[in-house]
Amino acid sequence: MNPGVLTIYRWELRKLRAQKRTYLGLGAAAIVPIIFVVALVTQGGQPNDVAFGRYLHDTGLAVPLVLLLFGSVWMFPLITALVAGDIVAAEDRHDTLKTILTRSVERQQVFAGKALATFTYAVLVIAITGAVALVAGILASGFNSIVSLSGTRVSATEGLGLVGLSLFFYLVPILAIASIGLLLSTVFRNSAAAIVGTLMFSLLVQLIGILPGLGALHPYLLSTQFSAWQGFLRSPIDWTPVIRALWVCALYAAPALFVAILVFLRRDVAGD
Amino acid sequence: MPDTSPIEVRGLVKRYGDLVAVDQVDLTVEAGDVFGYLGPNGAGKTTSLRMMLGLIRPSAGTVRLFGRDPQLSVKALEGVAGFVEAPSFYPYLSGRENLRLFAALDGGEAAARIEESLATVGLADRAKDRVGGYSHGMRQRLGIAAALLREPRLLMLDEPATGLDPGGMRDMRDLIRQLSASGMTVLLSSHLLAEVEELCNRVAIVRSGRVAYQGSLAELRAQAGESYRLRSPDEERARAVAGAQPGIADVTAEDGGTRFAARDEEAVGALSLALTEAGVPILELARRHATLEDLFFSLTEGDTVVETRRASADGGDPTAPAPVEAA
Ligand SMILES: Nc1ncnc2c1ncn2[C@@H]1O[C@H](COP(=O)(O)OP(=O)(O)OP(=O)(O)O)[C@@H](O)[C@H]1O
Ligand SMILES: [Mg+2]
Repeated sequence: MNPGVLTIYRWELRKLRAQKRTYLGLGAAAIVPIIFVVALVTQGGQPNDVAFGRYLHDTGLAVPLVLLLFGSVWMFPLITALVAGDIVAAEDRHDTLKTILTRSVERQQVFAGKALATFTYAVLVIAITGAVALVAGILASGFNSIVSLSGTRVSATEGLGLVGLSLFFYLVPILAIASIGLLLSTVFRNSAAAIVGTLMFSLLVQLIGILPGLGALHPYLLSTQFSAWQGFLRSPIDWTPVIRALWVCALYAAPALFVAILVFLRRDVAGD
Repeated sequence: MPDTSPIEVRGLVKRYGDLVAVDQVDLTVEAGDVFGYLGPNGAGKTTSLRMMLGLIRPSAGTVRLFGRDPQLSVKALEGVAGFVEAPSFYPYLSGRENLRLFAALDGGEAAARIEESLATVGLADRAKDRVGGYSHGMRQRLGIAAALLREPRLLMLDEPATGLDPGGMRDMRDLIRQLSASGMTVLLSSHLLAEVEELCNRVAIVRSGRVAYQGSLAELRAQAGESYRLRSPDEERARAVAGAQPGIADVTAEDGGTRFAARDEEAVGALSLALTEAGVPILELARRHATLEDLFFSLTEGDTVVETRRASADGGDPTAPAPVEAA
């Protein structure tokens, strides 16, 4: 019996576990919330112009939410791209594609395994940031109720559920970024170029978002979807941005993955 | 069944822009062959092997491994293993971990063969070290071990002895001989005629992407225009007798003797009798090989031996192209 995607996925995870960059990304995901909370406690001030910024001293639940907004500018895209942009290009760097593609696995299986491993890493990044931010935030500001974006007070436990839901939904645009990272990794065959390219893409989309006159595009930009989770923090829940994020992100991710697979299937493995 | 030869290549072409790296290559490797794919740098050996392993797409032509097309599915590589250029690994994993990964991607019983393969190539004691710290020779040996995991019926090796020390080269050749003796078919690309002569029963000589010769080494020697040397106290008469003898041709004087070409050994035997009958004493009658080395260079650097000789004999243009197509 020939091995399948699952085997490749498991080995891709093992390869990630053996590489420094993985820990660089996961480490950043853990340290940034800690630095943020330490700064919050020692400085005393708070960012009032950010949603939930003014509740940072009232409840630890506000900490992951503020980080999600702050991190969408470049931190999470960068951490995601660190692995997504490398996972195919690394095979070119080590010239190992010729090695694995002459075993008993098809190219599409290799790509699928890599995509799954990348997504797993991205999930881990958000989970780590969320967990560390929650713990550090609760230690610093307590496990207290939070005021929703519609101005109603939500109990601490219910708030925790909503924060969890928001973190989970944040994965939607993150996975779209990961898909673009995979595409650039496949096309550029160079890790640095793919990582920078993914970050540039993410920043350019934000730039379009702030250009005057392009306001009509705003709801369909990838950067906008990074705040779609705020729909969960209204009462009642505002599903409009949530649903839109689902299909808009799919429109970014699906073509990227499709083109990446095509390129990967058709490319010459000639070590150049 | 003719279509289940380990390798059957027809009209294979690979173009890179204007450059034709592989040009209309036809190749048949039969079961049990140790097939030498011999050519100088840039002849297109690696490019051909890449196409045979399904790593790059041919511009034209077909490859069949045991009757299956490696362009369509990796299933064509069942029972096939090998590497092109230097074998490559994940430098951050140990040698054994690399093999575990490959075995996982091979499926089946491959994982059970890891220790045995490591032992075969003499890497067992270094298998726990990261490949990043391996020497070139160790990587080369790990590449063979990785191929053996697949228990191949067909092994394709691209210059496996390149960069090895003399001991390593000997080990590599011993191993290839041993694998071939155990029934494996081997395709071996090489720059080195001596290596191919030592290991292979059949050979294809390539130059600038084209096959200049394909066949057995014995036939190749014959094609080299195998000649004989005759020495006699009476060279004049010896040459006269030889010139009149059927099956003997190209009788020419050379320093201190006579050189001629013979249709076969019987013709040479008949000549010796004719000389004796004619009362011409024979001091020496021996086969002379055009050294294969000369032949190799002439096949890969311009004209065939035959052409070269003709050119040097009648002062013709030695750069004239040689349309040699032997099958
Ligand atoms: N990916 C590529 N892009 C462009 N040209 C290439 C590529 N791969 C090979 N070539 C060209 O094709 C020709 C054949 O190269 P190849 O590597 O097959 O030769 P080779 O016989 O293996 O040589 P060597 O003995 O040096 O390994 C060379 O002229 C090379 O420059
Ligand atoms: Mg080569």
